[in-house]
Amino acid sequence: MADATLTRGRLTGARGARGTGGRRRSVRSAENLAGWLFVAPALVIIGLFVLLPILMALWVSITAWNGQGSPFTGSVEVVGLENYTRLFTEEGLARQDFMTSLRNNAYYVLVVVPLQTALALGLAMVVNARLLKGKTFFRTAFYFPSVTSSVAISVVFLFIFANSGVVNGLLAMFGVQGPMWFSDSRGVLHLLLDGIGLADIDDPPAMLTESGPFGLSWWEWLSGPSVAMCSIIVLNVWTTSGTFMLMFLAALQNVPVSLEEAAMLDGANRWQRFRNVTLPALRSTMFLVLTLGVIGTWQVFDQIYVMSQGNPAKTTLTPAYLSYRTAFRDFDYGSGAAISFVLFLIIVVLTLGQRLLLRERGGRS
Amino acid sequence: MTRRTTTALAAAAAACALLAAGCGSGFEDNPASTPQSSGPAKLQILIGSSGEAETKAVQDAAAAWAKATGNSATVIPAQDMSQQLGQAFAGDSPPDVFYVEAGRFADYASVGALEPYASKISDSEGFYESLRNTFTFNGTYYCVPKDFSTLGLVINTELWKKAGLTEDDVPTTWEEFTSVAKKIKDAGITPLVVADTRDRLGAFMKQAGGWITSPDGKQATADSPQNLQALEYVQSLLKDGLAVYPSAVDAGWGGEAFGKEKAAMTIEGNWIKGAMKADFPDVKYTVHELPAGPAGKGTLSFTNCWGIAAKSKYKEQAISFVEAMTTVDQQMAFAKAFGVMPSRTAAADAYSKEFPEDAAFLKGAEYAQGPVNAPKMESVLVDFDTALQKLKDGDPKQILSRLQENTKAALGG
Repeated sequence: MADATLTRGRLTGARGARGTGGRRRSVRSAENLAGWLFVAPALVIIGLFVLLPILMALWVSITAWNGQGSPFTGSVEVVGLENYTRLFTEEGLARQDFMTSLRNNAYYVLVVVPLQTALALGLAMVVNARLLKGKTFFRTAFYFPSVTSSVAISVVFLFIFANSGVVNGLLAMFGVQGPMWFSDSRGVLHLLLDGIGLADIDDPPAMLTESGPFGLSWWEWLSGPSVAMCSIIVLNVWTTSGTFMLMFLAALQNVPVSLEEAAMLDGANRWQRFRNVTLPALRSTMFLVLTLGVIGTWQVFDQIYVMSQGNPAKTTLTPAYLSYRTAFRDFDYGSGAAISFVLFLIIVVLTLGQRLLLRERGGRS
Repeated sequence: MTRRTTTALAAAAAACALLAAGCGSGFEDNPASTPQSSGPAKLQILIGSSGEAETKAVQDAAAAWAKATGNSATVIPAQDMSQQLGQAFAGDSPPDVFYVEAGRFADYASVGALEPYASKISDSEGFYESLRNTFTFNGTYYCVPKDFSTLGLVINTELWKKAGLTEDDVPTTWEEFTSVAKKIKDAGITPLVVADTRDRLGAFMKQAGGWITSPDGKQATADSPQNLQALEYVQSLLKDGLAVYPSAVDAGWGGEAFGKEKAAMTIEGNWIKGAMKADFPDVKYTVHELPAGPAGKGTLSFTNCWGIAAKSKYKEQAISFVEAMTTVDQQMAFAKAFGVMPSRTAAADAYSKEFPEDAAFLKGAEYAQGPVNAPKMESVLVDFDTALQKLKDGDPKQILSRLQENTKAALGG
């Protein structure tokens, strides 16, 4: 936008160079004014509905506002950074809950993002294959979960993962007794360590339980997603991969067929063609999908709200849900807002990190 | 470069202008006590309704009151009571009258959202004492209880017989309960299903003579030996397979598991009547008082009060409305419509005549313990529930000392 005005300004400036300097400036500023007028409605709307609420929330996060009346009066106590320090440095329930929610969500992101990206890419390749019959059907079928209401899907998953539900029925056919999904708070990593005999889940090694950073012991940090969280992970991978499949599909259709044919002529096999031709062509889409995935997974809320409310044993508590609970249930709006700003920072930092990792080698940003 | 700076500056200036414009309207401080408005009132009443029947009963009662007094009253059933109330208070436009859940009462009272009107209601001492205590904060009796429920021991008649037990076997002490439960288990039936929360298991703490806080709600008493005894007893039931949590038998709550005949007994409140009638009409059951512990009988009560907003413009009319809703006749009408127990002691006789099968629930009123009556306790209690979910393999002593520490922190701060 700014670039376009700039170029146009220069062009008119060059044309006006035959006249006086004063006239040149006035033409330019008139165009500037027009430009600002054109963007003004958008600026006002963004300012009013995006920027202003963010600034208001930022203010709330440094107060001890209890939800009575307006937070923008003199009677509201300003506590500075206390709402933030309580989350990180003060021993207590607030920090413990927050750190637990961070742990849960981190494991959630670590599992969901790679899975959904891989699944979406795989589905896109399948649908894009030239030999596939009934493409439209598959495209619709894969995309369907993404357009269905997440609340409705969550409720259906509650039934699927019930103790005597479909999933456990299937497992029983193979002689496996399925877990009680939504009431099983054991961590998957714990179970794994227990399974290979490195640690006893009922009697964890004292070395790990005695200490740890931020009020949780090392043993708690190393739990992995709980069994209950796994069912939510499955749900989310299934619902979001459809949307990302569409993005990959659009990108795949932009990869010139000639490139692939040239690689074939050079004797590249299927894997080499995928690795060295297709994937590099998808780089920008990959960045988009990963970024959207990370943002979406760090903000997971509705599935938690509908399916588990943080239970069992707080293993599905996420920062977004904790922020809601702290504000609207405990009337601690300051802490709730502070949690959401920390979450915001986490997402920004991760996105910048991804940009750094995925940028093209050789100078171009 | 300069152009960028100008743009940024302009954006910032625009944001500030917006902020100023936004703050200019309606963000002024309201005076501490809102004056009474004159003329006929338009009362807004927000209720956390249990269902269609309750909504209709309250709407009818409100319409009758409005007609008799020449005011108007709008009853709005809430989708999510605490969130909607929270928003209304934050936006400075609370409803005039609303339900206040006993467990949340202290949160509202401590931030000054409630009008302490209770003494202006006629015969305000005519409500059960345990309920009045529930709605007393810092020595002030704020609002009058709407109605209440208590927990009872619900027994499945068929399964009871199948285990070879008779009416005389209904347990009245913990020892009797254990031996009865063992007999049921030997018959191949799960004895007890009970929800994994302080709202059910807390009854055992009361029976052992303990509770999470002192009666005035100012001290933490969670790590008392009485509480330890209670949790150890519950743990032994869980370990011996004499009790299970609903999730273990694929049910959302005790009533559902009981209705599906997954267990011979459950501990629930009088709301189970409605659920059984609607979903499991063929299951026969009886209700009894909970077995007494070492310190005697104990149960928990659940109640709402009629809250009046401190910022209401029509407090006089609101009090007159609450007065009309809490007469003995009106409470009996509510009891018939949606199965709650009247909170006025004067209505007890009429109620037990009408619903003789509820005698056990009603008797519980005399020794019931209300929810924890202190602000900022929600997250502490959720944490306690989390520990209770893992009680079977947990260490009761550790659970209670953690609860003690968190409670102390919440009460102190």
